[in-house]
Amino acid sequence: MSLFCKNTSTFKKGGVHPDENKITSEIATRAAALPKQVVLPLSQHIGAPAKPVVQKGDKVKVGTLIAEAGGFVSAPIFSSVSGTVVKVDTAWDASGYKRPAIYIDVEGDVWEDSIDRSEKLEKLSDHPELTSEEIVNRVRANGVVGMGGACFPTSIKLTPPPTAKATCVIINGVECEPYITADYRLMMEHPDEILVGVELLMKAVNVNEGYIGIETNKPKAIALLENKAKAYSNIKIVPLDCKYPQGGEKQLVDAVIHREVPAPPAIPVNVGAVVQNVGTAYAVYQAVMKNKPLFERYVTVTGKQLHAPGNFLVRMGTPFSQLIEACGGLPEGDNKILAGGPMMGKAVTTTDVTVVKGTNSVTVLTNTDAKRKEAQNCIRCGKCVSACPMGLEPYLLAQLSSLKDWERAEKEDIPSCIECGSCQFTCPAHRPLLDNIRMGKGTVMGIIRERAAAAKAAADAAKAKEEKK
Amino acid sequence: MYILIPVAVLGVIGLVAALILFFCSKKFAVKEDPRLGQVGEVLPQANCGGCGYPGCSGFAAACVKAAEKGSLEGLNCPTGGAAVMGQVSEILGLNAVASDPKVAVVRCNGSCENRPRTVAYDGMKTCKAMNACGAGETGCQFGCLGCGDCVVACQFDAIHINKETGLPEVDGDKCVACGACVKACPRMIIELRKKGKGKGMRLWVQCVNKEKGAVAKKSCAAACIACGMCEKVCQFDAVHVVNNVAYIDPEKCKMCRKCESVCPQNAIHSNGFPKPVEKKKLADLLPKPKPTETAGAEKTEGVGLALNKEVKSKIELEKTVQKEEPKAEKSKAKIDYSVTEDPILRKIRMENTQQS
Repeated sequence: MSLFCKNTSTFKKGGVHPDENKITSEIATRAAALPKQVVLPLSQHIGAPAKPVVQKGDKVKVGTLIAEAGGFVSAPIFSSVSGTVVKVDTAWDASGYKRPAIYIDVEGDVWEDSIDRSEKLEKLSDHPELTSEEIVNRVRANGVVGMGGACFPTSIKLTPPPTAKATCVIINGVECEPYITADYRLMMEHPDEILVGVELLMKAVNVNEGYIGIETNKPKAIALLENKAKAYSNIKIVPLDCKYPQGGEKQLVDAVIHREVPAPPAIPVNVGAVVQNVGTAYAVYQAVMKNKPLFERYVTVTGKQLHAPGNFLVRMGTPFSQLIEACGGLPEGDNKILAGGPMMGKAVTTTDVTVVKGTNSVTVLTNTDAKRKEAQNCIRCGKCVSACPMGLEPYLLAQLSSLKDWERAEKEDIPSCIECGSCQFTCPAHRPLLDNIRMGKGTVMGIIRERAAAAKAAADAAKAKEEKK
Repeated sequence: MYILIPVAVLGVIGLVAALILFFCSKKFAVKEDPRLGQVGEVLPQANCGGCGYPGCSGFAAACVKAAEKGSLEGLNCPTGGAAVMGQVSEILGLNAVASDPKVAVVRCNGSCENRPRTVAYDGMKTCKAMNACGAGETGCQFGCLGCGDCVVACQFDAIHINKETGLPEVDGDKCVACGACVKACPRMIIELRKKGKGKGMRLWVQCVNKEKGAVAKKSCAAACIACGMCEKVCQFDAVHVVNNVAYIDPEKCKMCRKCESVCPQNAIHSNGFPKPVEKKKLADLLPKPKPTETAGAEKTEGVGLALNKEVKSKIELEKTVQKEEPKAEKSKAKIDYSVTEDPILRKIRMENTQQS
């Protein structure tokens, strides 16, 4: 351990240290049982919802395309089971609302022939036909999105705007969120595939530098990957100090290559970094080398009161209820079920919600863990300010949002908030800081978009007028 | 003698400055219509924005501008009502345009009794925050969240949350239909409708649930199930089921209350009528050409559960509903996911509904 603690680094501003509670870290991943019916929401990613291409009664196999990308920023969706499409209706998802989804009744487990199911490790050097475009096309066609939780279509991230030049790929193996161990298990169980995935990502954006950032609370993963990475001269494993929210793109860029990403609309690629999750690297490997669409993922099902928490390889569309049953059922008392971890996760209103591309964990918090503490007056301690990883003033932003002073909130840079919740976590008065800021951020972003649209319309009108002359 | 020099110098400076000021005031004078001030004086100065203009001065300017065209049509001060508009038209030398007074109505009857809580929410206690987190504490993703954003928005103390039902209730006497609550409600439940004659006779569908009948009924006992009985019984083409929810057009409605009498879910609510409606079967009402008017001295009390408690003889009617439900599903009306739509689009649509 001491070996790793020497040259570790972390991001500069803010950060907090929540209890890790990684109770499932040494439990090997099992494949979750196939459900009787899967429900696949059409919005599993950021961007336009996918458009269904199947109808009621259609027979599908594992890996059959059931919905195509609904726009440029979108991703196709594939069936995770074989069976019959029952209906295209709405279903509760993690957003808390009913949204369009495809219901499929499971019959057997027949895979599409195009998927290579062998365990053989394919190396990039054996496939000279893989050019950057080819890799990006395969990633796009197989519906790969960011597996860290934000679900941004990976193919778009791999085609950076012409104004920015990528210089390195940073892989996020940080898993700073408490409780979750899905990425850790993936690194322990599929290190070779991940490394080939990183190579593919590097090839896709034409860079020669790759970093995998891993926090020092996972010494086994660091040792294993460092050992395996010896065969890859251009991939470096970077041990990082434990601090939440190190998994945030901008924080990770700061921690690994010590560059600061400017305020929005700048993105990490503006400072030369393309950031991807280890789960994404694995999915990219499978998509490109095995032609396997993204229809299953690693999910941690965890909670202190759960009888038998564990890590599962889950087909998309499996309901939470089934995963919780597999861990011994819901504990007694008041439960809060989160899609994701306790810091960034979203509480769901029903266990009918299903696993989607971005579900890295199902966390069950019970009784006192499940409830918020009563909010008290702000004591002006400034803890939130020192905790904010973006260098904002959360107490002020929260106040401005509740007073609806949007102009000032914009001036104080509310759109920079990454909604990590560090401020609310650290607040000794348990004030709902993030709730307020999130509301304000939404409104301010709306105002900014409206203004941009108005400016564009005015410019277009002026242009049309000039052309008329 | 010495005193005279400064006096003279200052006097001359003063004179020159006065001349400059006089010249400037003539040359750069801003001509303001005197009527602008006069109109502004009679307006209530509540600056509520209910007229659709930025404050009372904005509305005064709009009135004066409209006066040049010779008509005040489309301009109305909801707070001041007909009295203020009369004064305004007098100042501008025009005939007052009579406009029906409006009032806010709450289109949700998902009380604690009708709509059981399935989960508990312990985040920030505002409707907007709760709406962003999801459907709320019940299984209905369209209904009232009960945190009272509308109550906070109201400047006239006209809307309050009823603690028993958990729903907002509008005080028809205090409400000036400024529309602040309509804008504040993230679920777009509140609507401005005609206030109605007498004690405010009005009739509206107290539900905005766009789910299919069976699903809607599961989440709320008072939900509109889009059975279409109201649409069938209406002789005036005033009721239509769109997106799985009935809507009564206030312009066409003649307040015959037939729709209310057949609604199996008691989702249609009336206010200010002398007597509670008698429940009837659809078959009894269809062949008869004329509506049976109800008359009497009693008054239905307030909004909310009054009707539900009184009319419990639903068993017979429910049978009819079960027959009707599949039809509603067959119609395959498009479900509108307005609650999850873009905030800008929503704002535009909200403005459009307000105008219409």
